[in-house]
Formats: sequence, structure tokens, C-alpha cells
Amino acid sequence: MKFIDEYRNADIARALLAEIARTVRKPWVLMEICGGQTHTIMRYGLDELLPPNIELVHGPGCPVCVTPLETIDKALELAARPEVILVSYGDMLRVPGSATDLLTVKARGGDVRVVYSPTEALKIARQNPERKVVFLAVGFETTAPANAMAVWQAKQENIGNFSVLVSHVLVPPAIRALMTSPECRVNGFIAPGHVCTVMGYSEYESLVRDFRVPIVVGGFEPVDILEAVLMLVRQLEGGEARADNQYVRSVNYRGNLAAQKTIQEVFEIADQKWRGIGVIPASGLRVRDEYGDYDASRIFGLASISVDEPAECISAQVLQGLKKPTDCPVFGMRCTPQNPLGAPMVSSEGACAAYYNYRRHGKQSPEKQLPVVSSQLSVKSEKS
Amino acid sequence: MTDNSNSLAQLTCPAPHPAKDTIVLGHGSGGRLSAELMRSIFLPAFANPVLSRLDDQATILVKGARLAFTTDSFVVKPLFFPGGNIGSLAVHGTVNDLAMGGAKPLFLSVAFIIEEGLSMEVLRRVVHSLRDAARDAGVEIVTGDTKVVEKGSGDELFINTSGIGLVPDDLELSANRARPGDKILLSGSIGEHGIAILAQREGLEFECPIVSDSAALHTLVAAMLDASHEIRVLRDPTRGGVSSTLNEIAEQSRVGIRLEESAIPIREEVRGACEMLGLDPLYVANEGKLIAVVAPQAADAVLRAMREHPLGRGAQIVGTVVESDAPIVTIRTALGTSRCVDMLAGDQLPRIC
Repeated sequence: MKFIDEYRNADIARALLAEIARTVRKPWVLMEICGGQTHTIMRYGLDELLPPNIELVHGPGCPVCVTPLETIDKALELAARPEVILVSYGDMLRVPGSATDLLTVKARGGDVRVVYSPTEALKIARQNPERKVVFLAVGFETTAPANAMAVWQAKQENIGNFSVLVSHVLVPPAIRALMTSPECRVNGFIAPGHVCTVMGYSEYESLVRDFRVPIVVGGFEPVDILEAVLMLVRQLEGGEARADNQYVRSVNYRGNLAAQKTIQEVFEIADQKWRGIGVIPASGLRVRDEYGDYDASRIFGLASISVDEPAECISAQVLQGLKKPTDCPVFGMRCTPQNPLGAPMVSSEGACAAYYNYRRHGKQSPEKQLPVVSSQLSVKSEKS
Repeated sequence: MTDNSNSLAQLTCPAPHPAKDTIVLGHGSGGRLSAELMRSIFLPAFANPVLSRLDDQATILVKGARLAFTTDSFVVKPLFFPGGNIGSLAVHGTVNDLAMGGAKPLFLSVAFIIEEGLSMEVLRRVVHSLRDAARDAGVEIVTGDTKVVEKGSGDELFINTSGIGLVPDDLELSANRARPGDKILLSGSIGEHGIAILAQREGLEFECPIVSDSAALHTLVAAMLDASHEIRVLRDPTRGGVSSTLNEIAEQSRVGIRLEESAIPIREEVRGACEMLGLDPLYVANEGKLIAVVAPQAADAVLRAMREHPLGRGAQIVGTVVESDAPIVTIRTALGTSRCVDMLAGDQLPRIC
């Protein structure tokens, strides 16, 4: 299959691994931002193939994992109302809220439907004018243009029974928050290729400058990840820090300007709560006032729902790359995909699910005990 | 940002247990939730040695005759799909459950649960297809039942079929008989039924239309048994796909299973659809494929027999049974690493059969 097979080619992967091994001298901690990349790493065991002084830690780029509990609770409340059809991507259905999950609400009679695109939700709204159709619009910059387009289209067509429950998060502010944390050990980032397809990678320049950390946009196949690792290692060993692009078949510097324009038309940047991490300033999107009639939070009076997240699982540390899923005492025991205690065990992009699904056959990859790279951290400071 | 950096270290992300007091679609997925339902509700209620083997069919001794007996309900949506319909599927599914016990299928019962308002023409088409499939499979429909429920209490048409077959005296097939060293044989390319249904349901179109593999496998099984009786396990990987079936075999035989990713046949269009939809073909349903666990010395002979049969042309040896403390299925990737292949956890595609 074109654009797939060549990026899963074992010979190319081996050549990249050999080149990485020749290039690397010092120990480096690299973080892949996107959960899709985490799954590729686990699925193909790339972390086991890399030289022992390269440690891969997993970032917060799982949209389902970082969607705050209160958004799930709002969705659950809406889904239980008889006049509402709650429409969502499939992954969100199994994420536990405070008391239950959407699958269970559905089983008890709530009208919950799964779609692959928000425009399908709009179609459901057209077909059911007597019902109120709410699309659970979660995700990173990748899904924002399509979600914005659905709202824009609803307004153009004057579809009054359609709205979106929004929990949109942005990558660059998350990287900034991670780099500002005193516990951060990350020396280089693999930026999420699909987010960058929309946004380009010009917005990483200030992060590279402020923290002297290389950032390479990476794709999602094993050869993509290995090439991105090689590009990062070359920069790190050469003492450089640049924003660079491995995923050239999909990403350019400025991104998809039409998509960005659509996002800006409907959404504006706002402070955003990340599940397990907390509020990160200017790290999310909310519906602009001009489109307020399509904002489920406003029209259903849900703004008052606010939920504190009790402390139990360690997914906050997992989402920040501070701990591996296997460090969690309940991993694979009390917390499994069919009985998830935290969102990273639910989502197809969650790091815990990746470890659970691919790494339970006894041969755990040896945990690489790296010296803490404190000398690297001490030079990092936020200049903005 | 300073406030935030503090919160980063402290906050955690918990989530409570979801409610466990309601049936969800995943309980019918053929994966882990189905297995849990079996363990927690059905087995304790009905426990007996025949049922506890958890095979696709019960093998019972009646006055010296070894009978295979099975039942299956069909709720597939839509009723008609490329490669078949609920009628042909209702025959193939039950015939295959009998065949996986090595039985020669003989008789079927058919029960219809019809929703008020179904067009007579649709029912007629389904019934004719069911008749033709039974005739082709050489089984007779000897008893049946019809119920009609109010509009809204069903979804057009559900069908139940039960089947009886005769098992040869010297044959012992069961999911608990896999032994270290045995070979895992797969009769052909995977994922076609599930993707065909999904494409039909979601209105997805592909350059080459994907057609369900729905077929009766008993003649293929007969050809395999002619080649060797050293076949230990036969299963058809329907709901939950190849991964769930292999996990069940591993669990019931208390062994590990090692698969070779490059050996598993998958058609290009199915691979493409799975890539696009984010599905793993190992979890997608089949209705005309079987997995055989065969003693190593007989594997080549059985493989040859499979390849000579029209329904086994694409057969491959895809893995090996290994000794293992835990009943885990692993797969070796093209890069030489290995990963777990778990049973389907939730619900991938409801109402696939």
C-alpha cells in the first residue's frame, strides 16, 4: 500500500537505527507528543530497538485523555435528556465521567451516536429538526477545522438545533507548560504530524528559542518516528536547537491556511483545563460570541458544572512523560481497558492502553535508568 | 506560568469505575466483555461439563452416537450486504459452529423474530437465500418458529438457527487441546466480513468493493480431516476476530501463541479500509475462515489439503503454540520485535452477525 509500506519497511528502519547508534554519544530523553506516535512506538517495539541511552517518554497528545472530567460530565448530562441526540467520536463513549460513561447512558436509553466526522452530526441535525443535536467536539488542532466548519455551516444554513460541546486543546502551550515544570527531563520533542498538517510548525520557533530545545515534526509510521529521532539526536549531539520537519509529505512551515482561517472564524483562544494536568493559560479554544448560539455549554446552561478530580491514578505524570504506565501500581491489575481507572487506559491513543495492549508478554522492555540530565535542565529558562 | 508549573507536579487524573449494572453493546462483541458475562452470569447458572468446555458446539453422546449441537442468533444490520444476507449468514454461522467440532452438519432449526411492518418481499428474499444456503451446505431445515413483535421492539428481523451434526468416533477437537509446538493454520485472508458490513452500513465506497467471506466451511474441514486427524483445535474467528479466538484457545489450553505478522493474509482493500478507519484487521469479524491448531508433523499435509479446497486457497501457517506461564498471544513484527495481541476489549462493530 503506497505511503504505508515504505514507511514500515524493515530495511529502512534498520538503516536508520544503525545511523542513530553511530550518531548518539550522550543520553537523551525524547518525548513524542502524540498518542498515535506512542502507539506506533509500542506496536513496533521501537523503544527496544533504539540504543539504551535514548529514552522515549510519552506526551500529553491523547485528546481523549486530556479532556477534563467536567466536559465528560456535561456530555453525560446532555445525553440523558430526552430531547438531545449526543453525537461523538467512538473513543469518548467509554471514558468514565464522575458517575458513569456515555456507553452506559446509551444502554439506559440515552440517544448517543457515533460518527467519523462532525458534518455527519450536522446531517443528523437536519434529519431530526425536532431534536437537539449536540456534537462532542474534542481534540487538538487536528480536529478543530472540521468542528469549526460544522458550526460555520450550521450558521450559514440556519440550523437551529445543532450545537457543539467544545473541549479543544493546543499543542504549543502544552509544550511550554511541560518545559516550565521543574521536573521536566525532556531534551527534544517529536511534534505531532497531524496537528502540524493544520498549523504548520512556525509556532514552535519561540519554544525552540526560549528553551533551547529541538523540535522535529514527525509522522506516525515506524520509519517516520526513527527518522525524527535521528534528526533530534543529530541536533542534540551537535549542540543545536531548531524546529525541523520530518513529515514533509504532509506538513509545511505555515500549515493549512484555509483550515486555520476556519478555526479563527469560529473559535478563539482561551484558558483550558487539561485532565490530569490542570488549567494551562491560552491552551484551548472556545466558541466565539458570534457563534454563541451553537455553543452547547451556553445554550444548555452547563457552564456551572465544575468537577474536582480526585487523586487516584498517576496519569498526570504519565501524560507529562514523568512516569511510564508500568510504574503505576494498579496498571494491568485493577486498571485495564475493560475496567479503566483513567482515560489513558481507555483511548486508542492513550499511553496506558498502548503499554497494556502491546507489552504484557513478560518481556517488559528493560526500564532504562538514565542519569538525570540536570545540566540540561539548568540552562532552560523561560524568556518570554 | 509559575502557578501552573506547580500544579503540573501535583495534579493527578483519576476516573471512577463505570457502572457495572447495565448490559452494553460490548457484552455482545465476542471479546472480553462477552467472556466476562459468560463467567459471571451464564456459567454459574448452567454449569455442566459439556458447557464448561466453551467450544462453539456441544458434543454429546446419545445411545452410542456422537452428536454435535449448537445454536446461534443473527442480528446483523443491514439485512443485506455484499456477499450475503441475514438468511445465508444464519445457515453458514451454525453450520460452521458444527464443523468446528469436526461434525458433519445434518439438521437445522430456524426461528424468526420479525418486527411489525417488515415488507413481505424482504422476508421472502431472506427465506429463499436461507433455503439456498442450506441446500448448498447439504443440511435440512426440519423445524422452526415465528414471532412478531410491535414496531420499535425489534429491528426488522432477527433469526436464530440451531443445528445438529454427527461427529466421527475417533475425533477429539476442543479449544483446550493446543500443545506447545503445534502450528497455527489460518484458512485465508481476514477481516472481509466485518469491513463489508461496515462499508455497507456507513455508506463507504472502495475502488474494489469488499465482499463478505460468509461461507459454509464443513467441506473444507472434511478435506482437512481426510489429510490428518492430528488436528487439535478448529475455530472460526467470527466476532472479536482472529485475536479473540486465539486468546480463547490460549486461555483454554493454558499455552502461549506466537504469531508471525508477515504471514497473516490480508487483502489490500481490507488493509486500506482498516488503516483509514483505525481498525486492526486482527479484531475484525470473519464468517468464512477457520483457524486450525495442528500437530507439527501434520501441519504441512493439512495445509496442502486446505490449499486444494476452494475455501482454503489462501491458507497459511501463521504461528506456533509455545509454553507460557500466562495464556498470552504475541505477534512478531516485520522489525523483529514482538507485541501482545489482546482479546477485543470493548465493542468494535456491533451487530456484525
